[in-house]
Amino acid sequence: MSGDAGAEAIERALEQTLRAGADAADALLVESDSLEARVRGEEIDFVKQARGHTLGIRALVRGESGLRSALTSTSDLRGDVVDRMAQETVQLARATEEDPFAGLPEEDYARDDVDLALFDPADRDVSVETRIAAARAAETAARATDPRIENSEGSQVSSGFSQVWLGDSRGFRGSYRSATHSLFSEPIARENGSMQRDYWMTTSRSLAGTDAPADVGRKAARRALRRLGGRRVATCQAPVIFDPVTAPSLLGHLAGCANGYSVYRQTSFLADRMGEQIASEALTVVDDGRKPGGLGSRPFDGEGQPTRRTTLIEGGRLASWLLDSYSARKLGSATTGNAARSAGGAPSAAPSNLWVEPGERSLEEIIASTERGLLVTELIGHGFQPVTGDYSRGAVGLWIEGGEIAYPVEEITIAGNLGQMLLDIDAVGSDLLWLGRLAAPSLRVAQMTIAGE
Amino acid sequence: MSDDLAFFHDRFGLDERMLTTALDTTLERKVDHADLFFEYTTQDSVVLEESIVKSGDRHLEQGVGVRAQTGQRQGYAHSDDVTVESLQLAATTARTISESNGDVRNVAVAPAARPRHDLYPVATAPTDVPVERKIELLGAIDTHARGLDPRVKQVMASLISQHRHVLIAASDGSLVADIQPLVRLNVQVVAESGESREIGYQGMGGRCDLDEVMAAGAWHPLVAEAVRIATLNLEAVPCPAGCMDVVLGPGWPGVLLHEAIGHGLEGDFNRKKTSAFTDRIGQRVAAEGVTVVDDGTLPGRRGSLNVDDEGTSTQRTLLIEDGILRGYLQDRLNARLMGMTATGNGRRESYAHLPMPRMTNTFMLAGQDDPEEIVRSVDRGLYAVSFDGGQVDITSGKFVFSANEAYRIENGRIGAPVKGATLIGNGPDVLTRVKRIGNDLALDRGVGSCGKDGQSVPVGVGLPTLRIDELTVGGTER
Repeated sequence: MSGDAGAEAIERALEQTLRAGADAADALLVESDSLEARVRGEEIDFVKQARGHTLGIRALVRGESGLRSALTSTSDLRGDVVDRMAQETVQLARATEEDPFAGLPEEDYARDDVDLALFDPADRDVSVETRIAAARAAETAARATDPRIENSEGSQVSSGFSQVWLGDSRGFRGSYRSATHSLFSEPIARENGSMQRDYWMTTSRSLAGTDAPADVGRKAARRALRRLGGRRVATCQAPVIFDPVTAPSLLGHLAGCANGYSVYRQTSFLADRMGEQIASEALTVVDDGRKPGGLGSRPFDGEGQPTRRTTLIEGGRLASWLLDSYSARKLGSATTGNAARSAGGAPSAAPSNLWVEPGERSLEEIIASTERGLLVTELIGHGFQPVTGDYSRGAVGLWIEGGEIAYPVEEITIAGNLGQMLLDIDAVGSDLLWLGRLAAPSLRVAQMTIAGE
Repeated sequence: MSDDLAFFHDRFGLDERMLTTALDTTLERKVDHADLFFEYTTQDSVVLEESIVKSGDRHLEQGVGVRAQTGQRQGYAHSDDVTVESLQLAATTARTISESNGDVRNVAVAPAARPRHDLYPVATAPTDVPVERKIELLGAIDTHARGLDPRVKQVMASLISQHRHVLIAASDGSLVADIQPLVRLNVQVVAESGESREIGYQGMGGRCDLDEVMAAGAWHPLVAEAVRIATLNLEAVPCPAGCMDVVLGPGWPGVLLHEAIGHGLEGDFNRKKTSAFTDRIGQRVAAEGVTVVDDGTLPGRRGSLNVDDEGTSTQRTLLIEDGILRGYLQDRLNARLMGMTATGNGRRESYAHLPMPRMTNTFMLAGQDDPEEIVRSVDRGLYAVSFDGGQVDITSGKFVFSANEAYRIENGRIGAPVKGATLIGNGPDVLTRVKRIGNDLALDRGVGSCGKDGQSVPVGVGLPTLRIDELTVGGTER
């Protein structure tokens, strides 16, 4: 689809929705094409290519005390289908109930002419063969690392390109392009009849920004190898270090609890704590939608608002929620430009690029200063309850004795309460690592309950 | 024009000739199997919070996926544009997986017999039920929940209706169509007492008429359960940590089977020898008396299908028989490569995804024991009644699942409710420690979704009351 065709589809959707009786409307069109391939051992496992687009229309209809709203989406962009959908959206909106807080944002809109390095035109013509070669290089390197690596779930590459158009009845029009390229390798180590898998990955907005495939494969292999011989430990209380792979999950739980929707719904343990010291002084958490090349970067959010830098936690003090315009109105605040939106969904609040500011110490130094404890390298299960902060998840990692890695551990759980865990963070690493939209350096929680034998 | 094709002909002008041309295009290269998967799915949902249905939504998802297989390789291309041109382009892309030329042939696509099963006939497509009725239901649920207990401070409810048309044409000439309704009602309440707040959640649904969840007799008990769990958790004490004997209640705790056993028995992992169950057919993996099946043929269930997403009829597959491992769950690719039979477990989230071996409804058959007597048989342990979900590492075999309703057992009696219990174990040996099997098999209420390789599909689970010794329970108390 040409840029003009995308813009025209937005105009048509808005015009038809207003004509059908909406008092306000917005429309979002996302076009994407993607390439994925996996190599396992010597063989190609699959190659997958796709092209698609989805148009979402939101209609708002004024009632006596608020707006009624509805949302529809379709991947059929034929003119008559869009026209009919616009009418259906308005009819559906009329059936819903009035909400005094509903509406388009009231603040000034973003300009979309900022260059955030989200797309490298040089990557546009990347061939299937080139990408398969990268997967093959990672797979070969992983298998060559050690004779105990004799199997794998494969090494997978993906390259995705997309363009977004957003428009609304207050006059906003914006569009931007972005790309994501990633490589993921998952080897299996085998010894004495037992198997262990692990993975490593690289993701970037440009192919030039991704790590060398062979390095990804070797690192994945070393991670799988160090898990061999994993055992349980006796149930105890001990310090727990989350590495840069697992620490972002804590940030994810925290972001969920600082989300404006959880706050006004009172489903977050942080709901009444704004301005309070909720974490260790060592913890500062920042969201920035304009980090150059960031996997969560974009010039404007899902409501056309400028993205920006927001400090959520400053030296342990809760300083801001993550907000879109609706949750901001509910909380008597202003949007933080964090409206997330897919073509098929209504705006909601979500982090853009969210990270924990790194500290001074390396992971090695933090381990050396831990007499006895656990380094967590993978978490499984969903044991986190946002309303109370109660936390209990399955863990895999390395046991620390006398400040040194002693042996791998598995089939254990770690439990605590996120509220207390945040206060108990007594070491923040210098090893911030970006594997996605959320990033954190190694974090040590002074004490948690470890359940095992 | 066959009836199967009629729906897609009306929407996209699809006819036999287009199917044949696209399949022939893939077969210009040497491929073992090729298929076309057409999908047209309508979904709508309404959501209530703060006693208002603030918004409604409706989505249309359509497209086609073209697949070619040669050996263990798969080429896949999909498009949301269903036209002659896009079909040809996808077919050309998919076949590049094969490097050698094939024999050009004219695939005669013939309508197969109707699917063997007719598991979910509905009088009205759930997406055709007027939205006003759906909104009215959520309002009634809100009022009812708040009336049950003054500690209920917040009610969130949602009703999701889906209607999915699929058509699968394959290079063996088969043509199969299915229409799959799916409904789901979710109720979440927040209860508050003094400083503490807790959540209670319940849901239900299936491949059925929307009236089945809209009847007061169906949703009243559901709402009561959500309120009961939220208020119960207000009284809950911290969960003990350590190794102990566990009694699982009937129904939804069957998620244990799904995580500990089911995933590890999916054909792809066993063909690749990456599962902890690799090469263990015929071996003991569970205690005597333990029989586990996967059954896609249960009428109206969330995990059921007349045919899987490769057009294979679903069936009841024996996985474990009296403690001995008997079978795997197979799609076409892995069945062919392993020299086994496809079991109707080739499923995909949508036309934009490759099929994989997936579970349908997975459950353990009932035993002989009285459930109350099973609880009495435990000296000190945990009684877990309801779960949020779980996860497994199929290679190491380690799995976890999290309880949202559990109690301590002291001297054979059910004691205080505990919060946030997580259970962790090792799939290949956890069922060898099954000590008692209840006579009360129950299936879940129809809320399960299973994620694998980024794809989500609806599933069901079931379990009789079960005693398992020496499971690790992750809590905070000694």
